[in-house]
Amino acid sequence: MPVEVKLPTVLRTQADGQASVTIDGATVGAVFTALVEQYPGLRGNLLGDDGGLHKFVNVYKDDDDIRYLDGLDTKVGDGDVLSILPAVAGG
Amino acid sequence: MTFTTPTVRLSRGQYERIVAHCYDGLPDEACGLLAGPVGEKSEPRGVITEVTPCTNAEASAITYTVDSRDLLRAERAAEARGEELVGCWHSHTHTDAYPSPTDVRQAEWYPTWIYIIVSMRSSEPVLHAFRIRKSEIAELPVVVGR
Repeated sequence: MPVEVKLPTVLRTQADGQASVTIDGATVGAVFTALVEQYPGLRGNLLGDDGGLHKFVNVYKDDDDIRYLDGLDTKVGDGDVLSILPAVAGG
Repeated sequence: MTFTTPTVRLSRGQYERIVAHCYDGLPDEACGLLAGPVGEKSEPRGVITEVTPCTNAEASAITYTVDSRDLLRAERAAEARGEELVGCWHSHTHTDAYPSPTDVRQAEWYPTWIYIIVSMRSSEPVLHAFRIRKSEIAELPVVVGR
């Protein structure tokens, strides 16, 4: 099932400059696995050392933060849009 | 210098909204987002058209994270106006209005942004603006009441 993944400006250089890419997968985790296989430079920015979602990356399925859904197990379907926005944080 | 240093232009109302949100957030750090027009490569022009107070998801006096839902809403609103998010602000409750090591590290995610910091340590709030890229910090002029 093809899903559109919108990338933030800071990550586009690791995906050949593209603002969005279309990736197949039934869950957010499956989409991300395929995404980082295609663009290995994204791995460290999207996933933590434990394979989970990077602490400072927000992923939205349409209007919902996937942390409030089922995380990387969140199901995605045809036509869904995943938006990635780095967290705005500091001290 | 690896980046431009535009003058940050806030209206009096925007300035007051930022400072009021910093007071409201005490004893924790407060945070929010800035939107405005951009030039080439998303470089902010310095004019701020919208300030959006946000929830500090950390509810902490020493760190902040803009609530992820506030971030998406502000991003979509800016996009709908043909603008972009061009920066953020947060308060320092007990230190100067200067980027902390954590601020510098986190700025790598948004290297084109303007970072406004409001120090609440004294009786009067002190506001300064910066650009931060690859650990280089440059202070920006701020004009209030354009």
